[in-house]
Amino acid sequence: MNKKPMRRRPWALGVVIFLGLIASGGGYAFATQSVQTNAVGSAEQIEEGRKLFLANCATCHGSNGEGAIGGPSLIGVGAASVDFQVGTGRMPGQASGPQLYKKPVQFTEEQIAAMASYVASLAPGPAIPSEEILRTDGDPTHGGELFRINCAMCHNAVGAGGALTEGKFAPALGGVSEKHIYEAMITGPQNMPVFNDANLTPEDKKDIITYLKYVEQNDSVGGLELGSIGPVAEGLFTWIFGLGFIIAITVWLGAKAN
Amino acid sequence: MSNATEPKTALGKTANYLDERLTLGSVLKNFGRKVFPDHWSFMLGEVAMYSFVILILSGTFLTFYFQPSMAHTIYEGSYAPLKGAEMTVAYSSSLDISFDIRGGLLMRQVHHWAALLFVAAAGLHMLRVFFTGAFRKPRELNWLVGFFLFLAGMGAGFTGYSLPDDLLSGNGLRIIDGMIKGIPLVGPSISSGFFGGEFPGTEVIARLYSLHIMIIPAVIIALLAVHLMMVVIHKHTHYPGPGRRDDNVVGYPLMPVYVAKAGGFFFLVFGVIAAISATFTINPIWNYGPYDPSPVSAGTQPDWYIGWLDGALRLAPGHMDVSIFGYVIPMGVMLPLIVSLLFLAVVAAYPFIEAWVTGDKREHHLLDRPRNAPTRTAIGAAGVTFYAVLWAGASTDLIAVFFQMSLNHVLTAMQVLLIIGPILAYWVTKRTCLSLQRKDREIALHGRETGRVVRLPHGEYIEIHEPVDKYELWKLVDFKDYEPIMPRPNKDGKITLGTKIRASLSKFYFEDRIAPVSKAEYELAHADHAPETIEEPKRKPKQIKAKK
Repeated sequence: MNKKPMRRRPWALGVVIFLGLIASGGGYAFATQSVQTNAVGSAEQIEEGRKLFLANCATCHGSNGEGAIGGPSLIGVGAASVDFQVGTGRMPGQASGPQLYKKPVQFTEEQIAAMASYVASLAPGPAIPSEEILRTDGDPTHGGELFRINCAMCHNAVGAGGALTEGKFAPALGGVSEKHIYEAMITGPQNMPVFNDANLTPEDKKDIITYLKYVEQNDSVGGLELGSIGPVAEGLFTWIFGLGFIIAITVWLGAKAN
Repeated sequence: MSNATEPKTALGKTANYLDERLTLGSVLKNFGRKVFPDHWSFMLGEVAMYSFVILILSGTFLTFYFQPSMAHTIYEGSYAPLKGAEMTVAYSSSLDISFDIRGGLLMRQVHHWAALLFVAAAGLHMLRVFFTGAFRKPRELNWLVGFFLFLAGMGAGFTGYSLPDDLLSGNGLRIIDGMIKGIPLVGPSISSGFFGGEFPGTEVIARLYSLHIMIIPAVIIALLAVHLMMVVIHKHTHYPGPGRRDDNVVGYPLMPVYVAKAGGFFFLVFGVIAAISATFTINPIWNYGPYDPSPVSAGTQPDWYIGWLDGALRLAPGHMDVSIFGYVIPMGVMLPLIVSLLFLAVVAAYPFIEAWVTGDKREHHLLDRPRNAPTRTAIGAAGVTFYAVLWAGASTDLIAVFFQMSLNHVLTAMQVLLIIGPILAYWVTKRTCLSLQRKDREIALHGRETGRVVRLPHGEYIEIHEPVDKYELWKLVDFKDYEPIMPRPNKDGKITLGTKIRASLSKFYFEDRIAPVSKAEYELAHADHAPETIEEPKRKPKQIKAKK
């Protein structure tokens, strides 16, 4: 028998590479899509969403969400992205510019959910997070540390917001709901990077939200915060109110003698 | 000193006991009779001094609890979002002061607000001295002492800001480290000497602590003593007014008027600081978290008095680095360093520069009204604008985000403003001063317009002008006038370069000027013409010289 064993045959290498690719690619896809379990809604909901989409979004995003002049493709952005953008009022956009501002929400909860399911039905993408992951019972210390390392350079140490280049900015995080913070992290809206689950695990994200909510919900121990923007506000306060008040006193003292 | 009649009361006996041993009576007599003039702007330095006293009191409290150690520890205090976090002992003890020591947070806030107020009041005091010309002979040296006090105040502030070892202060230190390292050749060695190795090291907090609680306060106290001693030697200046001359001081005696007033004023300043500290938080270190060299938070700024230096760094254009024999000179660091040092040098030297230009060797105890020294006031306004633009430059990011502008545009606008702003401010201020002087002249010569228009018997309409009273008049006409110096040859018959520079500077200062109303002019206006005349008296052609 001069037949080579199976594993020595020329095509064996091809098979091994093929299997390896399936294993690693599939494994990666499985790992990164653990929260992207598509909560695609019912057929009517998707249809309702499609109608809303055509009436309100298609001008910029294309009639099938494929993107057009003025708007990116929405294929694969997932329900979370729609829920964030429309749910915070950023979409439909008012005017093009470096960045869209938050404004009053234009749609009802049901309408937003319908549009989200429609966009989710186009291609798999990040889903709207579950209630469980949004409970603010994580570890604020760990969340604070992660926040300072990953978020504070744009959003400020307590989430008061900050400037980016060319008119872009990181908005203040006070008053933003847990769900929207989570969605922003997984979808990376506008100029924000995506923090996927390999970068920050769902638990990490929960800790960050816990920290932010702690800062938001607990009164400042030291008194009024002057916008939490640090020494600039403190310096202006010193000059305008501190010194202003003291000069008023000096004028009063100086006037008494005359 | 002993009196013929022995004192009978307990107080009298005590006073007598002390007086017989310490001759306190004569000291008090001399000192208590010292006269100080009264004006609100003379109290600004006092505010700085009181803030300093408050700083020492509150700072002493803080030293009882603060531990300047960079050893690692795990936080176990009351602040939940940091529980279990790894941090230095310095930060942990600062958190303990804020959360676990009774009154600690209030004391920290009093200390920090007082620090901001201390430097602000000192700065405003310095501006008052500048704009009223109080730095002229014999007070040039005291200006210098004050200048170094201001620098020491900045140093005290910065070292204190860095102590808690939170993220904000660590970022600030990192910038200083970068600046030091940017100095060619010696920079890296200085940095590693200061930090005891590579930044952040384990020693810098303890070193800053020694600077903050011993060396710099000692320097401030010593300079303050000299500063006040000189005030006593020179006597206080006063604003022009009736009976006020260069050889007298019009005001009230120290005892009892100013002792009572100043004592009360101290408590008022303390009260304001305490009220602010109790209602407004300052430097909430717990928000910033422990220092870690990797994160840099948005909105990282120094306290206001370092702001102009931070602004200089931000406004310096990039891409200007030069390389000499393989050594890179980082102009992004060197340019701000050179510009700010030059600025400080001009501030320190200004009294000497002006004295040289005017050639004035007289003593001045009567202050200038800012309008009566138009060029100086304009230079001051230009300097203030330059400083203010640098200062605003430190908050470009906040301006961009709060006014919804592009950060890049704000930065470019600031760069342009840094050059254009002072020139505009100079021009506007000088013109304003000259116009105000013209107005003063007008009022001195012709009185105030009353708005009453009267028809004379022959049909002419005139407006009645009401002459100003003598006290007012004194203020309007009593100022010194300088004329441009001509370059004159020295005893060897040569005109030196220095003389030429001096002459051109003198021209720059005094070419445009409005002379004070002379006695002759005043008499002319009031004798030959009726006060209501609208015709102006003839002026000597030299008195008003416009450029065109």
